Amino acid sequence: MSHDIADATATETRPAERAHTLQATPSVIAVQGLTKRYASGFEALKRIDLDIQHGEIFALLGPNGAGKTTLISIICGLVNASDGQVRVNGHDIVTDYRAARAQIGLVPQELTSDAFATVWNTVSFSRGLFGKRADSAHIERVLRSLSLWDKRRNKMITLSGGMKRRVLIAKALAHEPQILFLDEPTAGVDVELRRDMWDVVRSLRDQGVTVILTTHYIEEAEEMADRIGVINDGEIVLVEEKAALMRQLGRKQLRLDLQTPLASIPETLAHYPLSLADDGHVLVYTYAASPDEHSTPASISALLNDIEAAGVRFKDLHTEQSSLEEIFVNLVRKDA
Amino acid sequence: MNFRAVGTIYHFELARAWRTLLQSLVSPVISTSLYFVVFGAAIGSRIQEVEGVSYGAFIVPGLIMLMLLTQSVSNASFGIFFPKFTGTIYEVLSAPVSYLEIVLGYVGAAATKSLILGLIILVTASFFVPLRIDHPFWMLLFLALTALTFSLLGFIIGIWAEGFEKLQLVPLLIITPLTFLGGSFYSIDMLPPVWQTVTLFNPVVYLVSGFRWSFYGISDVSVGASLLMILVFLGLCLALVGWIFKTGYNIKP
Repeated sequence: MSHDIADATATETRPAERAHTLQATPSVIAVQGLTKRYASGFEALKRIDLDIQHGEIFALLGPNGAGKTTLISIICGLVNASDGQVRVNGHDIVTDYRAARAQIGLVPQELTSDAFATVWNTVSFSRGLFGKRADSAHIERVLRSLSLWDKRRNKMITLSGGMKRRVLIAKALAHEPQILFLDEPTAGVDVELRRDMWDVVRSLRDQGVTVILTTHYIEEAEEMADRIGVINDGEIVLVEEKAALMRQLGRKQLRLDLQTPLASIPETLAHYPLSLADDGHVLVYTYAASPDEHSTPASISALLNDIEAAGVRFKDLHTEQSSLEEIFVNLVRKDA
Repeated sequence: MNFRAVGTIYHFELARAWRTLLQSLVSPVISTSLYFVVFGAAIGSRIQEVEGVSYGAFIVPGLIMLMLLTQSVSNASFGIFFPKFTGTIYEVLSAPVSYLEIVLGYVGAAATKSLILGLIILVTASFFVPLRIDHPFWMLLFLALTALTFSLLGFIIGIWAEGFEKLQLVPLLIITPLTFLGGSFYSIDMLPPVWQTVTLFNPVVYLVSGFRWSFYGISDVSVGASLLMILVFLGLCLALVGWIFKTGYNIKP
């Protein structure tokens, strides 16, 4: 799947390891049976299996307390796993943590910063911490890409929340990671900044960086993600390509506003999946949203003909497609 | 070994001290000067020489130890407590650095600061009393070992503390009393026999005694015992730090 990445890593591994790497790690991040149990007995993660592919934007969606941050924290080294294994480009996060962590940048959920350090110093600190040679040209590029260049001499304490968020992204990018984790990147961020950040994330993806973001804003996942994983109550409920997810689970509705309300659906239309709404004023036809189901348009025109033939008159019609949000709510509810 | 990361933490921590220069360096110097005024001049003028050394000069090694101990503990405990408190510790934990490197960075910076402080106090003291250093190598060794050991202790306290109260608790309730009762301002020969025995259980006695020996060649306990004691204490702190990182105690759930 992601042999290019495995090849890239091979430059720093021996041939024997390389063969192993190619075979064992088709994904950038491979999570197997990951479990986190706290001393209280609470299970934050329950045998999670997950594969992240090279170069994708993966959105991890879930309600508060679902385990999103715990999962990220384990992969990034902030929390110890109770059981299971995580490999980053083939490197185990425990036994080979240096190689694993060197490839990862993490933007945490909370706006933490050393209040009195300047933007430039705190971003440079991050690069040094990851063992990279000082490179002011790179730091400058990162700061400019995040519109932070003018603020480089400002102390963190003088920055707004949105600016601090940008600095945290800059810190995560300071060591040129191949994988970027964004934990709720746009929580509490205004609309304009949110759009800016999405652009930054997209441009990173275009540079080949794999991005994993957690969010509970459906809009964000819908806008950004290539694939979506839904986590609820410590379990991955579903992992799917966003488009496929919309196709599979998304339903379209054709709603016809009737001229005269119906008490029941006429016999001649009984074989269609129809229902009545608004006290019989609206006739609702539900069908799969998938564009490649050829039957759909045909069945709509057949339906309209049959409605005409049944003597039902309508004054207006429109279609609705379920959003990711509805899909998500349905999933989480079903699971609960 | 990720030396660049160690250096990064080390320099960042020292830069923090530079930013807070006033409390880092000036205030200990002022309080040391006050000790000299009170103990050296006011009280010292009524005390005879102690084992051939004027009282003012006699208390210098003890005073330096007192400052070294309290400053090492507070520097190192704040150094690691603060990132934990503000949350910036996430970055250190997610970086490709080993626990040893984290400790080297934080503890190294704290020990450096208190070492510099100790030397500044030494210079300050030389303005008040005539000083003599018989064994400069040993003096520096004791200074460095003590700074290192108590910075490690401070690091442990900083990890252990969950709030500012706990952070102050150990220095206030343990370090300061032990130092005051550790022969900083007196020779233990001056104590009644029972207390002379009790005081031998105080580890600080050994530090002060060894350090004073490096100045004037006089000591309460043998120099070997002093060195052994500080090495034992260093070993204990290292073991505790090792345990902390092995278990993730209070730092990595």
